[in-house]
Amino acid sequence: MLEIRSLSKSFGGVKATDNVTLDFADGSLTAVIGPNGAGKSTFFNLITGALKPDSGQILLNGVDMAGRSPPEIVRHGIGRAFQVASIFPSLTVEETMLAAVCADQRRASVLHRRFPLAETRDRAEHAMELLGLASKRNRIAATLSHGDQKLLDIALALVLDPKVLLLDEPTAGMGTEERWRMIDKVRELWETQKITVVFIEHDMDIVFKIAPEIVVLCYGRILATGTPDAIRRNEAVIEAYLGTEHHAGAAI
Amino acid sequence: MTELQAEQAAVVPRAEVGSQRSRYTDVLIALAAFAVLAILPMFISSKALLDFVIRCSAFGLFATSLNLLVGYTGMVSFGHGMFFGLGAYGFGLIMQRTGLPVPVAFVATLIITTLIAAVIGAICVRLKEIYFAFVTLAFQMLIHSTILSWVSLTGGDQGLRGGIPRPTFFGVDLSNHVHLYVVSCGLLVIGLLLMRQIAQSPFGYTLRMIRDNATRASFIGIDVWRAKLTIFVLAALFASTGGIIMALFVSGAYPEFAYWTISGEGIFINMLGGVTTFLGPMVGTLLLLILNDTVTRLTEYYGIVLGIVILFFAIGLRKGLMDFVVEWYARRRAGTGERS
Repeated sequence: MLEIRSLSKSFGGVKATDNVTLDFADGSLTAVIGPNGAGKSTFFNLITGALKPDSGQILLNGVDMAGRSPPEIVRHGIGRAFQVASIFPSLTVEETMLAAVCADQRRASVLHRRFPLAETRDRAEHAMELLGLASKRNRIAATLSHGDQKLLDIALALVLDPKVLLLDEPTAGMGTEERWRMIDKVRELWETQKITVVFIEHDMDIVFKIAPEIVVLCYGRILATGTPDAIRRNEAVIEAYLGTEHHAGAAI
Repeated sequence: MTELQAEQAAVVPRAEVGSQRSRYTDVLIALAAFAVLAILPMFISSKALLDFVIRCSAFGLFATSLNLLVGYTGMVSFGHGMFFGLGAYGFGLIMQRTGLPVPVAFVATLIITTLIAAVIGAICVRLKEIYFAFVTLAFQMLIHSTILSWVSLTGGDQGLRGGIPRPTFFGVDLSNHVHLYVVSCGLLVIGLLLMRQIAQSPFGYTLRMIRDNATRASFIGIDVWRAKLTIFVLAALFASTGGIIMALFVSGAYPEFAYWTISGEGIFINMLGGVTTFLGPMVGTLLLLILNDTVTRLTEYYGIVLGIVILFFAIGLRKGLMDFVVEWYARRRAGTGERS
């Protein structure tokens, strides 16, 4: 279980994350939404160690992650994918997966053997199959389409066997069809892998369709949490973010 | 990832031909290369040629080790020559002052290099790109200045005078030119094999990930600082070995060995030969030394000619010779996008 307790982070006078307290149950799927500048990415950066919080706790199964380095946090089981696909452009898809498994198995510093290590193949293969990248294994990452690069980014996080997977706008920069394919894949991963998934998304149709739980951030604070129906009906959320298009009446 | 590296990464197919070749194949190729080099003096008695190969061994090790930093890890060091100088001075001083056997002095020099590289590396590898380049350069100038000013130990601007004792060990007499030649070739081949192993090991791929995207590497659990420090020290060891060969060759050590121009030549060699293929720096070494020996015979304006050559590679080919050749060959062989 991922528990966020009174998490705060300021940049100068701007409170990017302001006393946020949240629980993400094991195996849950939660969308984090909010207007631009709401602090969604900062929230992810704090959880994954890219930023150090000013105060508060990030408890993963009771162990505080706050202030730890990204490699430490990854090893405890929090993986992430980025808004702009963060990959290794000169490696092939397969090399990327194999090298990531090496890192996860603490074999990234092995000097006396040749890459790839036989014992890393199964997990790498599994991740490529899961994300539909097996047929592109020999493609150099830089030459993949935008959608495949995003999938590779997610595969990089997933191959590490995380307990919690954070996806920062998995559909960013995609066309309508590609968006739905991606989000179906995210849902499929959540259902089959039984991991906790938290994702940031701007497309409300997607959010309301697949997320059983939604967190709304605004100016670094939690504006509301709840089911899609509850969020649709929440006046504060309608006023601050949704407008009239996605409120309960419009949905009916 | 620098703009140049990003551009190179986007070029398909990637120029890493034979990268999955087995370790045993590499050993066989190395043995064959060593055998050819070792029997060369039987057929060609030219002392100039043997001298040339010895210098190639020294600078080849130095340049290839620099490429472990530049090409594989994306760390452009302007101070790598300090370890070349440290190797030459360390070995020379140990031989002059202690009279230890050559192999013991060799190992002792590498231990000293490891310690100094670990301290300098611990400071430098935290820095990014241009700051890393400048601080390594600053350390090089510090070591050069120390050599110049510590006259009682180093001989100051005159260098280590009086020659370096080279007592016979295991029947090898390094004052014999052919023996020195064979040992230099042996060190070159062993050094290249070890560096090849580093490049093709899981650690080598960790370095590639750091080069491509260090932030992402840390988010898959890689301790980027530790990996950078490790390769910094390993590269220093091979550069130091190059310096030892040079000290044996000239039977001395001179401040120029630790001057920034040595680092500049290392960068230049890598630009000439290319950084995306393992043997690029060796090809660059050959090109530079041939250029050096030819041009200095023809004109005193050596620097201008080298400048023009650099411009040709930088603006004309936009890459090193081996990068250009291998990429061209790979394009012809595989078409686009996939690498078999």
